[in-house]
Amino acid sequence: MVLELQKPRPIWQIMFSTHHTDIGLLYLITSLAFLFLGGSLALAIRIELFFPNIEGTGQFIADSMTFNRIFTVHGTTLIFLFIIPFASAVGNYFVPIMVRYKDMAYPKLNAIAFWMIPPAAALVWLGFADFTWYAQPPYSIISSPGPAADMWIFGLKILGISSVLGAINFVVTILKCKHPDMSIGQVPLLAWSLLVTSVIIIVAIPTFAAALLMLLTDRLGLSGFFNPAMGGDPIAYSHLFWFTFHPEVYVLVLPAIGMMYEIIPRFSRKPIYSYNSGVFAFVLLALVSFSSWGHHMFATGMSFTEKTVFMVGTLAAVPASAMHVFNFIATMWNGRIKFSSPMMWAVGGIALFFAAGAGGVVNTAMPLDFATHDSYWVVGHFHLFVMGTIAFASIGFLYYMFPYVTGRMYNEAWGKAHFVLSFVGTILVFFTQHVLGLYGMPRRVFDYPPIPEWIVMNQIASVGAMIIGVSMVIFLANMIYSSGKGELANTDDPFGLGGKYYYPFEAKNPHH
Amino acid sequence: MSGHSNWPEWIYIAVVVALMTWVGAEAWNAERLVEEVPEGAEVIKVTGQQWFWTFEHEDGTIEIGELHVEVGKAYKFEIMSKDVIHSFNIHDYVVLMDAVPGRINTVWFAPTDVGTHDIQCREYCGLIHYNMRGTLYVEEPSS
Repeated sequence: MVLELQKPRPIWQIMFSTHHTDIGLLYLITSLAFLFLGGSLALAIRIELFFPNIEGTGQFIADSMTFNRIFTVHGTTLIFLFIIPFASAVGNYFVPIMVRYKDMAYPKLNAIAFWMIPPAAALVWLGFADFTWYAQPPYSIISSPGPAADMWIFGLKILGISSVLGAINFVVTILKCKHPDMSIGQVPLLAWSLLVTSVIIIVAIPTFAAALLMLLTDRLGLSGFFNPAMGGDPIAYSHLFWFTFHPEVYVLVLPAIGMMYEIIPRFSRKPIYSYNSGVFAFVLLALVSFSSWGHHMFATGMSFTEKTVFMVGTLAAVPASAMHVFNFIATMWNGRIKFSSPMMWAVGGIALFFAAGAGGVVNTAMPLDFATHDSYWVVGHFHLFVMGTIAFASIGFLYYMFPYVTGRMYNEAWGKAHFVLSFVGTILVFFTQHVLGLYGMPRRVFDYPPIPEWIVMNQIASVGAMIIGVSMVIFLANMIYSSGKGELANTDDPFGLGGKYYYPFEAKNPHH
Repeated sequence: MSGHSNWPEWIYIAVVVALMTWVGAEAWNAERLVEEVPEGAEVIKVTGQQWFWTFEHEDGTIEIGELHVEVGKAYKFEIMSKDVIHSFNIHDYVVLMDAVPGRINTVWFAPTDVGTHDIQCREYCGLIHYNMRGTLYVEEPSS
């Protein structure tokens, strides 16, 4: 469990364990492996787009089909195999400790939920589908080559079931297994974020599960739900998809905010400015997450009224998100801040969260949406969330829990170098992509005409991506080296912050 | 909760809400004006298919990959698709509307200056999506 590498155990003891920290460790290693795999695909994309292809030069990837497969698997991997499992890893490690219970509510179910991920990942990676991460029909029905597409559908089906099982476990653990002396208003905000997230998953995922089945039978020619040639409506799929996956955006981002709520007060050596407003903003975001799915579909021919409703629904998420940012800043205000790696990542993540949110307001303002929709602006916008906010918070939290997991300290200087390079790289890639979108470059293109502005901005973005790539090599080296050879951590107070943690950092549950 | 007062947060939230209300109202008003198709706009039927655009003018002229229009006139595009979803885009004039098989979506524009502009597909549609491009020629009125 804790201090894995100081007391080595045979690997099968970890693999067949149902103890929450063992499953947390499995989630952690899996999600990090997919962070690096998915990230390498991103580098391949950025290398390809460094030069436009002119008469056979400037080409890195053999053909456009390969390119299309690469960005599809890149997106699917980082969303479903990095971000979500990483949140589960953190939840598995800390939720039982935070609610003072011996384990997750259903340990075996927990293990099953994890072990559904490897086969699903294998389906996605061995298939290597090409229809983008949202599999828009009728392309995905009539045009996308199988068996890759079908393997993707089955893979996502399994991942959906895994998410729901994990979510049920978190809800029951937090609501039913918390210590009787503890009221729900005392549960730390990280656990709150996972509770809210789990509820969203349970409500939202079944819709996509149904859409996936319909997509599959459509592909088999048995039905025509989304196939206009058989009287179906492809826009119905968009509705079903985004009804799940707009809330899913909050499933991705809320645990990251929860992780920041752990890091910021500790390293500011102050209590959270307002616990209640954090809880309120989580619940509010969960509610409004269901009111904004249509903003992905303004250009599908929506009526003016529909667009207005979804624009208002989307803008409603802004004050709640802003409450979190306020809470973070007010917590840091007048604090004795220690900028160790976790704190740097968390603060960088908040800054980029703000930038991402500001860009989102532009997207949802109806007339402006038509300038930015499906352009590189959108790519820049959502990457500021998934990379700038979620990956930053997750990586920060990984540094934070590193002594807890390994009993050793990571190399602080490397951690800071990792942050600085990633932060600069992220700004270069994704801010530039916003501007590139305003210049009209569409998403998901293998090649582009040699328009001078497009070339320059693509090259800035590619250089930024390389910088992130370098920082990730430093990260990997630091994690591997430090978990074996790093200094032994003082597990009572590994970051030398003095003061008390809200729960004992070294607390652990005995194996069973 | 700790004993501090919460009024800075309330003021902050009020400012954010006011700002979002303003953004929403402006956007609503602008979109309402933008969507009003002028009377007498000439209809151009736009058909997307893998991987090119076809344009049919009111007089029956059909163009492929190129579109010739006259400066100062209003045009209404009726956009459809023969196979998968495409997205008809003249970025310089912020014309963007999906071509969805089984539906006809409309959008209008009125070119203001003589010149050429790129037409492109902005929704992923497969193998040659990246090169589903065309050119818009805005010309002086012929007579």
